[in-house]
Amino acid sequence: MSNTDFVLAVEDLTVSFDGFKAIDSLNLYVDKNELRVIIGPNGAGKTTLLDLICGKTKASKGSIKFKNEELTRLPEYGIVRKGVGRKFQTPSIYENLSVFQNLEVSFPRGRGVFGALRFKCNAEVRERVQSVAEEIGLAEKLHTEAGLLSHGQKQWLEIGMLLMQDPELLMLDEPIAGMSVRERELTAELLQRICQNRSMIVIEHDMEFVKRIASKVTVMHQGKILAEGSMDKVQSDPKVIDVYLGH
Amino acid sequence: MTPAMTSLKDGLLKGGLGSLLILALIILVVFPLTLDLFRLNLVGKYLTYGFVAIGLVMLWGYGGVLSLGQGVFFGLGGYCMAMFLKLEASDPETTKIQSTPGIPDFMDWNQLTELPFWWKPFYSLPLTMIAIIAIPSLLAFIISFAMFKRRVGGVYFAIITQAVALVLSVLIIGQQGYTGGVNGMTDLKTMLGWDTRTDSAKYILYFVSAGLLIVSILLCMWVQKSKLGTLLLAMRDKEDRVRFSGYDVSMFKVFVFCLAAALSAIGGAMFTLQVGFMSPSFVGIVPSIEMVIFAAVGGRMSLVGAVYGALLVNFGKTYFSETAPDLWLFLMAALFIGVVLAFPNGLAGLYESHIKPWIARRVAARKASVTPRTPAAPTPPSTSLSSSAPPAAPARA
Repeated sequence: MSNTDFVLAVEDLTVSFDGFKAIDSLNLYVDKNELRVIIGPNGAGKTTLLDLICGKTKASKGSIKFKNEELTRLPEYGIVRKGVGRKFQTPSIYENLSVFQNLEVSFPRGRGVFGALRFKCNAEVRERVQSVAEEIGLAEKLHTEAGLLSHGQKQWLEIGMLLMQDPELLMLDEPIAGMSVRERELTAELLQRICQNRSMIVIEHDMEFVKRIASKVTVMHQGKILAEGSMDKVQSDPKVIDVYLGH
Repeated sequence: MTPAMTSLKDGLLKGGLGSLLILALIILVVFPLTLDLFRLNLVGKYLTYGFVAIGLVMLWGYGGVLSLGQGVFFGLGGYCMAMFLKLEASDPETTKIQSTPGIPDFMDWNQLTELPFWWKPFYSLPLTMIAIIAIPSLLAFIISFAMFKRRVGGVYFAIITQAVALVLSVLIIGQQGYTGGVNGMTDLKTMLGWDTRTDSAKYILYFVSAGLLIVSILLCMWVQKSKLGTLLLAMRDKEDRVRFSGYDVSMFKVFVFCLAAALSAIGGAMFTLQVGFMSPSFVGIVPSIEMVIFAAVGGRMSLVGAVYGALLVNFGKTYFSETAPDLWLFLMAALFIGVVLAFPNGLAGLYESHIKPWIARRVAARKASVTPRTPAAPTPPSTSLSSSAPPAAPARA
């Protein structure tokens, strides 16, 4: 497999569950500083693709290279430490901890057992928590228990937890699901701000939202890439229309 | 006082230092002054279970990993201590009637003619003390590393720990010549020539035990306060989020399992010293489950509460078995079921949710009604603290 300039190069990726190929010989390339949106009908394999990249699911075949480093053989925490962050579909935050603690725990230092025992929440950590909290609009809520936040705020908090790690590749799985109109707008603005200096992959269903944020869209269907390109080009593609509108 | 110091002090108080002081006062001052030596020795024995209970608070309460095999580590610590004491009690002079003098009596009864090589390090007290911590921790490491790296958890892990408890107790009973079998190791007399059976020795061992327990609680509080403590709580809540934040989740569980094992082992060693023997009846499944009951009754999120749990359940056990020998097992079971059903967070949870607000209300009412002419009466909480409702570290979850 050749080396490339891409931040992420997925080649010939296949995963099968009991013979069912959820991802089938898929190729995907993401540029540096690119915000890529992946759309596709239910069961297209979008979430599975993210699972494969972040190591949650092991590939049956193929390669995933992040900055020319093979990820498929790394453990999950190793992939994260290389600079790949992943947000889950349902908000995954620590409900019993405060917003501050949620962010503090995500700070990428003291990640080993003894490192964590020695970890000190110094000025640098506090500043970082503060700036991330401002970014995600939760600066006023730092000492609120995370479980008490609204659904939208929980989604932002999880994005903030990823920002604490300053990943080079950030993957978001349906970040606006369940959000109000206003929250969607704020989230779109947030994503546009945070995609500076990093690559992002966003899975989304909401077409209005996709139009707002995406420059390039990938359409997946049955574990394969169906179409790729600008939103307008993809939307006028007859294959895409066929998949979305049924047979 | 600088703001930093004030916040540190607040943090420690919030973390249960206040309730730890009360516990220290009770076990270091109140019990020795009010109990006769026989009862105090019993309390000392119960306190050794307190080590297991605080280990379970870390492992089960904080780490979310239930172990039904803590008796294994309690027993290993106890056996390491017993081996040292047994060797000292088996000098050639006192064992000269044996066919092989100089080896422990049970070995002689089982036709062993030579001390097994792995017994030899236990001639040395420093090596024994290292072994008390190292052997149980190593076993805990092997078990937990193998399990947690494979993502075995929850009920399956609990069952495996039970199996280990069963295996070890069967092994000890079966290997009579090496372990003393079902009788255990008995007739332990002296430690480096110091007779551990005298009254003064019993007092000293009690205080050593109680002191070590306080130190262990402080150690656990420090772990809870560290990022590792926060991570444990985070893992219990959303393990995947922690994993995908760049942490090797399994190693944190391995650490807390080893910590709980080491604490249990210290308890076991102190048990052997105070009670004067060690036997497989403290290793198997039943004692291991009893140990979980101590933590559950006391409150699995509260270190101090767990110690009260260990004391209370054992007092109850002694009391019931003295007054109603036929019924005590049923009464114990009823106590356990009742506590778990009515107060899932144990006595500490009960204190947090009921007693503490009640005290706060009383104090507030008193402050409001106090006039300069009526001197303040002694505050009511002190009586309720020592008996039924332990003060507790605030549950962090």
